Amino acid sequence: MESKGDFRAPVSQTPHTIEKPKDTTTIGGMITVEVNEKKISVPLGTTILEACKQAGITVPTLCHHQDLCVAGVCRVCVVEVEGMRTLQASCAFPITSPIKIKTSSPIVRKARKHVIDLMLSEHYGECYSCVRNGNCELQDLAKEYGVDTYTFGHVSKPKYEVDNSSYSVIRDMSKCVLCKRCVRTCIDLQEVGVLEAIDRGDKTHIGTFLEKPLADVICINCGQCINRCPTAALRANDPSDVIWDAIDDPNKHVVIQTAPSPRAAIGEEFGLGAGHSMTRELNTALRRIGFDKVFDTNFTADLTIIEEGTELILRLYKALVKKEAVALPQFTSCSPGWVKFIEHYYPEYLDNLSSAKSPQQMFGALIKTFYAQKMGIDPANIVSVAVMPCSAKKFECNRPEMNDSGYKDVDYGLTTRELARMIKEAGINLPEMPKSNFDNPFGEASGAGLIFGATGGVMEAAIRSVVEFVLGRKVEDIFEKANVIPLRGFDGIKYMEIPIGDVVGPVPELLKSLVPNWDWLKGATLKVAVAHGTANAKKIMDDIIAGGKFSECHFIEFMACPGGCLGGGGQPIPTTPEIRRLRAQAIYAEDESLELRKSHENPYVAKIYKEFLTEGPCSHLSHKLLHTHYVKRGRYIA
Amino acid sequence: MEKKNRKGAVLFSSYKPGEGVKKALSLSREDILFEIRESKLKGRGGAGFPTATKWTIVAAAIADQKYIICNADEGEPGTFKDRVLLLEYPELVFEGMVIAGYTIGATKGIVYLRGEYEYMLKSLEDFLESMKKDNLLGKNILGKENFNFDITISLGSGAYVCGEETALIESLEGNRGEARNRPPYPVNTGYMGMPTVVNNVETLASIPHIISKGGEWYRKHGTDKSSGSKLFSVSGDCEKPGVYELPWGTTISELLHIVKAKNTKAVQVGGASGLCIPKSQFERALAYEDIATGGSIIIFNESRNMLHVLKNFMEFFVEESCGQCTPCRIGNVKLLEGVEMIEKGEYKFSYINQLKGLGKTMQIASKCGLGQSSSNSFISILENFKDEIFNGNGGANGK
Repeated sequence: MESKGDFRAPVSQTPHTIEKPKDTTTIGGMITVEVNEKKISVPLGTTILEACKQAGITVPTLCHHQDLCVAGVCRVCVVEVEGMRTLQASCAFPITSPIKIKTSSPIVRKARKHVIDLMLSEHYGECYSCVRNGNCELQDLAKEYGVDTYTFGHVSKPKYEVDNSSYSVIRDMSKCVLCKRCVRTCIDLQEVGVLEAIDRGDKTHIGTFLEKPLADVICINCGQCINRCPTAALRANDPSDVIWDAIDDPNKHVVIQTAPSPRAAIGEEFGLGAGHSMTRELNTALRRIGFDKVFDTNFTADLTIIEEGTELILRLYKALVKKEAVALPQFTSCSPGWVKFIEHYYPEYLDNLSSAKSPQQMFGALIKTFYAQKMGIDPANIVSVAVMPCSAKKFECNRPEMNDSGYKDVDYGLTTRELARMIKEAGINLPEMPKSNFDNPFGEASGAGLIFGATGGVMEAAIRSVVEFVLGRKVEDIFEKANVIPLRGFDGIKYMEIPIGDVVGPVPELLKSLVPNWDWLKGATLKVAVAHGTANAKKIMDDIIAGGKFSECHFIEFMACPGGCLGGGGQPIPTTPEIRRLRAQAIYAEDESLELRKSHENPYVAKIYKEFLTEGPCSHLSHKLLHTHYVKRGRYIA
Repeated sequence: MEKKNRKGAVLFSSYKPGEGVKKALSLSREDILFEIRESKLKGRGGAGFPTATKWTIVAAAIADQKYIICNADEGEPGTFKDRVLLLEYPELVFEGMVIAGYTIGATKGIVYLRGEYEYMLKSLEDFLESMKKDNLLGKNILGKENFNFDITISLGSGAYVCGEETALIESLEGNRGEARNRPPYPVNTGYMGMPTVVNNVETLASIPHIISKGGEWYRKHGTDKSSGSKLFSVSGDCEKPGVYELPWGTTISELLHIVKAKNTKAVQVGGASGLCIPKSQFERALAYEDIATGGSIIIFNESRNMLHVLKNFMEFFVEESCGQCTPCRIGNVKLLEGVEMIEKGEYKFSYINQLKGLGKTMQIASKCGLGQSSSNSFISILENFKDEIFNGNGGANGK
């Protein structure tokens, strides 16, 4: 069984399955089953659902999700197994003997119809007034099974009050069908454990600790529950109405920054398959909607690399040369879900968190200072919007400390889904848009900033710069085409060592005031790690507490969401490992297509240090605008 | 503990404490399994799974730890026989666990005691203490080297579903009491993921008798397919309610005679999840091959309103469904609504028939035994008492 930490929420049914044999050629490793009289051979432990898929038969599911452990609770996927009195949930039934399966017998069809009818009877609301209209698994099932009337009635009043306390996630439990995907997401996938089934029988509902509003519990706002909710019981807190108002207000200067992950995924909302980057089409669409300027968040991702990389170098210098007590390893701070996770669960490690703001918030601070000055616009009239793959970004921009420009640095965080709706509402078919570039004065950004969207991307971007800073050599000499392959892919935890060797380069101009030379790094080995999904983050944190190998790392990238930002809680629904893989592919392909692939080579970044942040990275002004502090929240709530 | 002078051919027959364990420890594990297989003992919780098969699978399993769990979550409405066994015959139950531990290779036994039985916790723990003193528990039991076995008691918290063995295990592990998916079964992946035998109190209490007197002796009682005796918890309209030990195969009318029931209209066999038997079927036998039951017998005389009886059961299930699977959680609500429609006289037969169809779906599509049996009373009462309910004094039509 998985190890249980001292504050692990109870697991759902993870361990209770039958493992597939590693070697299926052993006797009994493969089992022949009949699916609707068609014989197929499957490895022992394969679920009936998987076997049916292999046989080319679709079995409807609802509580099943590829990312989550088995639940077997909705009972939509029931099938008949010859010789068994009851129907079996195909998602939960591991095959251990040669069985005969019927997926569409009269009793199966009737049972499924009954189950769907029952769910509809308790599911409040009408499809046409629902945010998930057209992308709802319950609606799909009803359609598939030809539901044309509410056989067992239909609730006319909401059963529960909508909880819109959170900046990020809205809970409308009257639409909940109790598939528990959110519970499993929160407990098993993220190990946060904010949501759990409460009460029993007809009073069963998904609730929070002591039924508190979501804003008052230890929710990290990652929105992974939204991505896996089959209905609209969970949705993001949508600011698009007020953004429309701002766009329509002639006195407001409305700017928008777009993060790389929404660009790699928004095509899915327009009927494209996963993995089509829409970066430049989106620029045009945003201008047509009425945004005054369109900026690339990758610009501040590049800036983050400079600031956060400098911070790391300073920490290492203090620790190794000045022998000062500094918190190491340094943790990335771009993911607001991760930031809130560590604030709740490991507040004693907040000093390890880079003080650098996330790219979104850096941009916000610059837009209302540098940009406003340069353009001669009163920052009070600037409305700054950020389109993010993320629901936690909505919380982040509302953090009280995020107003270093003298105004709210970023006014609204908009998810990919919400932006797609705005574009559709404007009558624009995104894939048909002509391509256009980002606006100045921030211009184009590097591929290093772009790959922030995938797990490992921040670390890869940092390495592209740090290696060149310290070694004085081209990163391509060490990593072919500057692709840091060991940090890519979807392993939950990735680890890499980079020996510095005896040859170091000169200190670049930008850092000369901070370190005299690199001699102190000679012979050292840079150790870095990457984790995505807070369950994996927790593993690393527990290892650090126990003094394990990750405690010897120098820099660790943490992303709250599985897959990194491209799998964020604001991304198009559905999400699967395959969809995330394709989005990553799109991001890495776009990176490779660019000339500019290193943050420190971004001329616009150099320019901003020359024109505005003249004291250099991690200096007084950069600290005021680009760095922040964190809150020790703790995991216990009053 | 006070022992009442109960009479019975098997469970309540004479037994000298310690006898079963002593005999068992002189036998090999295979011999014990042989005796139990010979006895044809089936699970007494109601499902009737052959005990020897369950034990054999766990005995054959290779694992660092195995468990024997005594299911004392006696929650079926109308059943109270386990209470009698635990209060008056704890030696049978606990010795049954010791023998099970020896046979399957477990060193830990856990009694999952229903929350409402907390009042007997102290006396049961005292009894376990005395067994330790007698070396019937603890290390090297009765001098058998390397046979160590201990029993702990865990309290339930009042959920009916925790009588279902996998929900019971979830509850023991500290999780919400909800049934697991099966397979894998507890014999493979039970408590803490280890091979686990879960037996009813009465099943375990039969073991010491079987071991000390032999499987063949046990099998002489009862019928061909239902060996031994059964404890019946009899309540309702009769002069002598209580716990009775009767041979399997006893007919309902024989039982009614024994408990001095008069003017009986219906007998609910098996509690809320069981079947409602009308007068016309009183010659049917209580046995696995006819009416299988965990032993709850509720007697209704002519004065009872069967629709009210049904409503009571459905209210029970609406509340006691664990709420995880759709057919049980919402299905029971719909069935209760149907009963209320009949009560008010605001129903269509076509809809009631649809509900019966739903009941049948619940029987086959629910995740666990609770949902699979919760519509039994709906279907059997509406079927067996349709005259009374739709035309007579039950529904609003008769008012």
